Amino acid sequence: MDDPRGQPPASDGISLAAAEWNAGRRAFHRSPHGSARGPVCGMGVCHECRTTVDGQPHVRTCGRSARPDTRIGDVATAWYKLPRGGAQRRKPDAVTHFPSVAVLGAGPAGLTAAVHAAEAGASVLLLDENPRPGGQIWRCDHATGAPPPAHDMHRRAYDAGVSTLVGARVVHAGPPTRLFALDADDRVHDIRAEDVVLATGARELLLPFPGWTLPGVMGAGGLQALAKNGLDVRDRRIVVAGSGPLLLAVAAALRERGGRILAIVEQAPRRRVLGLGPRLLAHPSKLARGLKLTHALRGVRRLYSSWIVSADGSSDDGESLASIDVHTPGGSESIPCDLVAYGCGLVPQTEVAQSLGCRLESGAIGVDQDQRTSVDHVFAAGEVCGVAGLDAALVEGAIAGLAAAGRTAAASGLRRRRDRERRFARTFLAAWTLDDRLRALPTDDTIVCRCEDVPFGAVRFHTDPRDAKLRTRCGMGPCQGRMCGPALRWILGWRLDTVRPPYSPVPLEALATIGACVQAR
Amino acid sequence: MSCPDVIVVGGGIVGAACAKALADDGQRVVVLDQGSCAGGATASAMGHVVVMDDSDAQGALTIWSQTLWDELADELPAGAERETCGTLWVAADERELQRAHTKQEWYADRGVAAELLDGEAVAATEPALRSGLVGALRVPGDSVVYPPVATMWLLKRARDRGATVEEHVPVARVDGRGVELEDGTRREAGAIVLAAGHHALALLPRQLPGVALRARKGHLAITARYPGYLTHQVAELGYLDSAHGHADVSVAFNVQPRATGQVLIGSSRQFGPTTSGVEPLILARMIDHACSWMPSLRRLEVIRSWTGFRAATDDHLPLVGPVPEEVGLWLATGHEGLGITTSLATARLIADGIAGRPSAIDAAPYLPDRPQPELADG
Repeated sequence: MDDPRGQPPASDGISLAAAEWNAGRRAFHRSPHGSARGPVCGMGVCHECRTTVDGQPHVRTCGRSARPDTRIGDVATAWYKLPRGGAQRRKPDAVTHFPSVAVLGAGPAGLTAAVHAAEAGASVLLLDENPRPGGQIWRCDHATGAPPPAHDMHRRAYDAGVSTLVGARVVHAGPPTRLFALDADDRVHDIRAEDVVLATGARELLLPFPGWTLPGVMGAGGLQALAKNGLDVRDRRIVVAGSGPLLLAVAAALRERGGRILAIVEQAPRRRVLGLGPRLLAHPSKLARGLKLTHALRGVRRLYSSWIVSADGSSDDGESLASIDVHTPGGSESIPCDLVAYGCGLVPQTEVAQSLGCRLESGAIGVDQDQRTSVDHVFAAGEVCGVAGLDAALVEGAIAGLAAAGRTAAASGLRRRRDRERRFARTFLAAWTLDDRLRALPTDDTIVCRCEDVPFGAVRFHTDPRDAKLRTRCGMGPCQGRMCGPALRWILGWRLDTVRPPYSPVPLEALATIGACVQAR
Repeated sequence: MSCPDVIVVGGGIVGAACAKALADDGQRVVVLDQGSCAGGATASAMGHVVVMDDSDAQGALTIWSQTLWDELADELPAGAERETCGTLWVAADERELQRAHTKQEWYADRGVAAELLDGEAVAATEPALRSGLVGALRVPGDSVVYPPVATMWLLKRARDRGATVEEHVPVARVDGRGVELEDGTRREAGAIVLAAGHHALALLPRQLPGVALRARKGHLAITARYPGYLTHQVAELGYLDSAHGHADVSVAFNVQPRATGQVLIGSSRQFGPTTSGVEPLILARMIDHACSWMPSLRRLEVIRSWTGFRAATDDHLPLVGPVPEEVGLWLATGHEGLGITTSLATARLIADGIAGRPSAIDAAPYLPDRPQPELADG
């Protein structure tokens, strides 16, 4: 940690995506068929916030700081000529790291794993794609830094000498404990670890409905992340919609920042969600969090068995959100709004694990009692092992960190708590099981693959994601099927598609550097 | 189901083209693919429809096939992304420029338009190329297609004429009267066309003397969208040295503008590997070589890389025609890197052969029992 108190500092500015949104930009780039697109996920997955920055096309603005002299490209052309011809640049060298444990993902699970491994004597490198550690739940605020519940873990990481590499995404791996990451300056990091902990978390499931590509319809966690990075929600009319306990946390956080929460639209039935109350009695800390959320959301309209069926653009340009139509048990209703925070649950981010050959179970990494995956020297912890919330992530992170440092005996005492958290999560999350009627949300002309503008009608008769990709371009764009894949798996029952490096877009020269590193080993 | 006239084994672009040509002849056709149609080498291919001058036989086949592609231009769906972008064969030095002159004469003799560009014209035509190149040969008639969609369209046209397409039906063995599926079922037909890429020879009832088919692995990478970055398919004149060499690994500069504004970057050739994984070292060699010709490629974002296996013969010509001593069994494979280009002419040779009529070109150079060269390193 670079801050003396061990806390990640508040950044020197807000993210470029937030700054541009605050300045009124809605069309960050144009889709292949020319429709306006703006930020959705807030965490580098969707690639919808990309635009031309300082002459460089395809820059994701959600992970970059706004600076006064930043030049943003004209979205109508979205193309600046690259420097042409000229002498060949010298191939940049890679930075080599030799940690005993490399932890991927600095959210609660990864941070906890890093702390426990380091406290057990391991040299630990903690990597995260975001500019600052914290992940989704413990994401730093641009003004106030890390949230208080994370302070203790940050201090321990600092004291135990955990090295962090932030703004760095793993783009290639293999053999399993050799990772290649690309930092914010596109420099390659060659990480030769003895053991790896995968704590890559989850991303949001967004089920497509007509109009969901309008700028202003964002992920629920996505809008929260963007707000923490400076997107101004004060006096914005916001509808929080989709499903799951995350919606309440997001609504409370946005309200605290001055957003006007018009409604929380939950697809699950009211009795099923409220029926969970008594279960919380056995979990005092969760009960306390629940009561705090209830208090923070008092007076906010709550709709159950309800979902967004379409979103409409404004009458002047048709390119930014103006209103949504909501299906409710009492009939349909139109709600004018400025922002939609939308999420239908969470999906484990298993791409790196898949590429390493880790066995998956129901779309999550399968682990044993010590958080070991099916691949030697590779551990996993947190949401990537199945969505189960903060408490499970913390205990799994501790087990994985200890086990990776060779202290399985010390980890064994934590197994019961982990199992209890997992059991709780299973029954708790069952209340939010998605309604089968949501499969009918997309119409034939609803775009499902945002990157390539592929409509649902083009893919609905396909049974395999690879066939669909080859024949319709669905999933062929820069997000590599991260957005449409989970939705179509749920709607159409597709299998998980295979993963190939690079896991996310990289400059050609980075691939050349990685190849040179592999040769040099 | 009554016995079809022809079973085509393999639903890649060659099998699909054969199915269409045979169905156009009025034959009742069944296509069997071991997985998904257009899912093998076709899915991995660049989709360059190019006239090649490496031999008179290759020239005749590619020129005829390109004409057939041109005839389909108006019918192909937009998703087939057909564009007549032309090919720019670039020369690094005077020796390569001499090859460009020779190449132009060869094209001129066969009525194929090709113009020589000097260094200045090359820079103006493709400004992303490195400065100081001495010249290039521009072949304006070459085109590109997106192979999977083109293949599915050919199959659709075959189905419109009564053909049946069955996917996920792996074939274990073939002979002149039918095929045996992996589940033991036997399917009979009047003729069998084996268009199963590098798998084909393993399905034959007996080895063909002197005929080998080797899987030659290739890597490709594709970028995000950079409209206007590139306007021609650009390849180095030394490309054939890579294609025709028998080195275990070789790379050549070969980049293609897609209709989407993406840049498709090739190419590599490897004998030996049997696993389909992307090899970072080979990818790096290919990229370094491409960047030595087009330096600003370095900063372009790659969104995907993949591999495929070409079906390579020792004399670089495909195996098209009847299998000796197995009446009714026809081969259509061994196209190496030219399967997309020559699929349509291959299909005509097969359809003509089955119908017993002469073809527009001499079929002899492609017959499976033609004399094969002796290879020192074979």
